[in-house]
Amino acid sequence: MCNQTVGLIAAEIERRGIATVCLTLLREVAEKVRPPRTLAVPFAHGYPLGRPGDPAGQRAVILAALGLLEREGPPPVLDDLSDSAPE
Amino acid sequence: MAQLSELSLKLRVFMKAYPWRRIDPVPWAPLRRPLREARIALVSTAGLVLPSQPPFDDTVKGGDWSYREVPSDADPSTLIDTHRSESFDHGGVQRDPNLAFPIDRLRELAGEGIVGAVNHRHFSFMGSITSPGRLMATTAPEVGAALAEDGVDAVLLVPI
Repeated sequence: MCNQTVGLIAAEIERRGIATVCLTLLREVAEKVRPPRTLAVPFAHGYPLGRPGDPAGQRAVILAALGLLEREGPPPVLDDLSDSAPE
Repeated sequence: MAQLSELSLKLRVFMKAYPWRRIDPVPWAPLRRPLREARIALVSTAGLVLPSQPPFDDTVKGGDWSYREVPSDADPSTLIDTHRSESFDHGGVQRDPNLAFPIDRLRELAGEGIVGAVNHRHFSFMGSITSPGRLMATTAPEVGAALAEDGVDAVLLVPI
């Protein structure tokens, strides 16, 4: 349910004029709920940024997500980490 | 990628039948300034709380729609996992709360000038909300208003 909840909160924040980007562990939930911008990550439930104690890996996920903020749309934007990870 | 098929049969049946809320129309706020100038905040739905805060309440029917405010100078290692869901492995986030509440990572990015600033506060929810009416009517708009008041430019939302 977390994957729906982040999307619903994101929509309310976005309605205030603030850009948002969600991570999702379940791409099919993001396809149904349609948050404004979502990065689907290839990790197990409980591990949204990858491995614990792995700052470099976590940073790569965050940079990929923040990169979606600079997309021009149209909404909803849904991308996969493997397609958007910075080098 | 996690798959619905990884979940327990009971949860899988529930999720297949669940009426997922569809955001329509999808709101869209372009990023107002480049990331290197942008003020960033976090929203996590991992059920994390500070030691001084009450835990999320998993007995609330339809899900606890409340939130906790987490100051940006909080030590993420002190965050407590109060999420009671059995649908995910709690080991990772209990070992490293940055996994779901990456305050340290945001501070590093701000220190390097990749993002402009980290907001002085962030927000924590417990995401297992099956009846999100009160979330959508009350607490999510409250958090949106607070972030707007803070002059936040962008928000990263992390599920668990």
